[in-house]
Amino acid sequence: MSTEVAATGRAAAAVQQKPRKHGQIADGSTRRSRTIRYALLLLFLVVVLIPVYVVLVTSFKTSGDTTAASQWSLPKTWTLEPWSKAWDVLQPYMIRSLSLAIPAAIISSLIGSANGFVLARWRFPGANIVFAFILFGMFIPYQAVMLPLRTTFTELDITRGVPTLIIAHCIYGIPICTLIFRNYYATIVPNEIIESARVDGAGLIQTYVRIILPISISGFVVTLIWQFTSVWNDFLFALFLTQQNNGPVTLGLAALSGGQKVDYAASMAGALITSFPTLLVYILLGRWFIGGLMAGALKG
Amino acid sequence: MHGRIRTWGPGALVLLPTVLLLGYFVYGLIAWSFNTSLTDRHTARKGPANYVGFENYGNLFGEDRFLNSLKNLGVLTVAFIVGTLIFGLLWALLLEKGVPGESIFRSVYLFPMAISMIASGVVWGWLLNPSQGEDARGLNRLFEILHLSFLENPWWTAGSRWTTMASIAMPAVWQLSGYIMALFLAGFRGIPPELREAARVDGASEFKLYRYVLFPQLSPIALSALIILGHMSLKLFDLIYAITGPNQFRTEVPAIYMWNTLLRSDMAKSAAIAIVMLAVVAVLVIPYVAYTVRQESEE
Repeated sequence: MSTEVAATGRAAAAVQQKPRKHGQIADGSTRRSRTIRYALLLLFLVVVLIPVYVVLVTSFKTSGDTTAASQWSLPKTWTLEPWSKAWDVLQPYMIRSLSLAIPAAIISSLIGSANGFVLARWRFPGANIVFAFILFGMFIPYQAVMLPLRTTFTELDITRGVPTLIIAHCIYGIPICTLIFRNYYATIVPNEIIESARVDGAGLIQTYVRIILPISISGFVVTLIWQFTSVWNDFLFALFLTQQNNGPVTLGLAALSGGQKVDYAASMAGALITSFPTLLVYILLGRWFIGGLMAGALKG
Repeated sequence: MHGRIRTWGPGALVLLPTVLLLGYFVYGLIAWSFNTSLTDRHTARKGPANYVGFENYGNLFGEDRFLNSLKNLGVLTVAFIVGTLIFGLLWALLLEKGVPGESIFRSVYLFPMAISMIASGVVWGWLLNPSQGEDARGLNRLFEILHLSFLENPWWTAGSRWTTMASIAMPAVWQLSGYIMALFLAGFRGIPPELREAARVDGASEFKLYRYVLFPQLSPIALSALIILGHMSLKLFDLIYAITGPNQFRTEVPAIYMWNTLLRSDMAKSAAIAIVMLAVVAVLVIPYVAYTVRQESEE
């Protein structure tokens, strides 16, 4: 279990690694079994991409073109109409989601880094209990806190919408960020460095700023990606804490594709538009995304 | 003594805000929800409420609708876990020896994980259209085109609890199999190559190599995969909301039922449902957290 829990970096690196060549000892596979393996891999590739194909072609169709018979064919006439329609609806939501996901990701990463450092390398009596106390917060079904959370926000008079969501995501994002950083520092920072800094009389803040922060970049990339993606994709908090006029993009998409008369082409374009930022992050920074997944092995 | 406090004091101080925040927003609010669930606050009206003990829980477990949602959840969880483990393990097995273009396969299998459950639910809701034959849409239409019409089915809209919830599990399997693949792949790659070579030198067949040498090494990963998937499935909400809408008895799970109860402003009852959800997750997760923390401290 601790393989992926203990070593974000190690586990992520292991996925990236090509298996070592086995030299003279064959890897046990014949040419035929290799061909079958490859054929299966390609088959699954197609299966996984089927929804992508149909979403893409549909998003370029005119509304008359989305009949049952033509559903899987290419558009008769290509049009950007659905995209502009979806964009018009989603644009304000997109802006809210951005202004929400970016600060929430940054703040919880910073807190997570400080916590992770202390829990990994500046331990105090009872640190394990505190760690378990924090970790459990990662698993709770948020329904169990949602009602009083709404009441708390109302009583504190915090503006419904982006501000409430930032606060909620920061707080409930602390456990996962703490875990990722704790594992990261436990893997990459040797205890001896901290010890010798202590011997030299460096305090916690000095050690953190001079030694830890400069080597934290890949840790930050992992938590930033992870938090950005989960905040962007969140629907539960959005539904409970905001409304259509102040909610994030998941709420916008639900509105665009809900209701009685659904414009399928626009819904599909909308699904693509809302997924675009996280997909972009995934494509550009996929390597770290996997790192986050490994650490997030604990999280849902 | 003073010196020791000076060394660990600042560390404890750094964690203090987190402990206070989570103490209130996690544990405090759970206690609050639990407290509400013991009252007769069945409306949005403010003002004092009476304690009724565990009456709300008793009512829930005596209610067909809640039991239905629990059964749905059970079936969904089984279908989701089995499906995800099968595909995840299969893909990892196909990839673990390394094939040309491996990173492309890996990226494609994994990419659905980056997409929100709402977006994928919108797409899958449309793919799982129940119309068949002439009028078939979505996947049924694709089966029609491929001359596989025997595969056409009404998905979640008709049939048994099993076919209904398996249809709901399908998109979740699509989204998360890649994740499980990545976990297992990391596991395979973490096994020292010497183990394989030793087994081969000893003349073990491929089957025996996997059965007796490699799979046992993966059991810790399989266990965490089970726990991750299990607790994800218990929380599954967005996907069902997007595919079937929140008002389908056929696909209602406790998370959805809780939302519907809240819409009717029955605070006490929706708090009780939420606490039941929490209890189920806790049974699964507390041993896991305890075990993890203990393991970590041994390292």
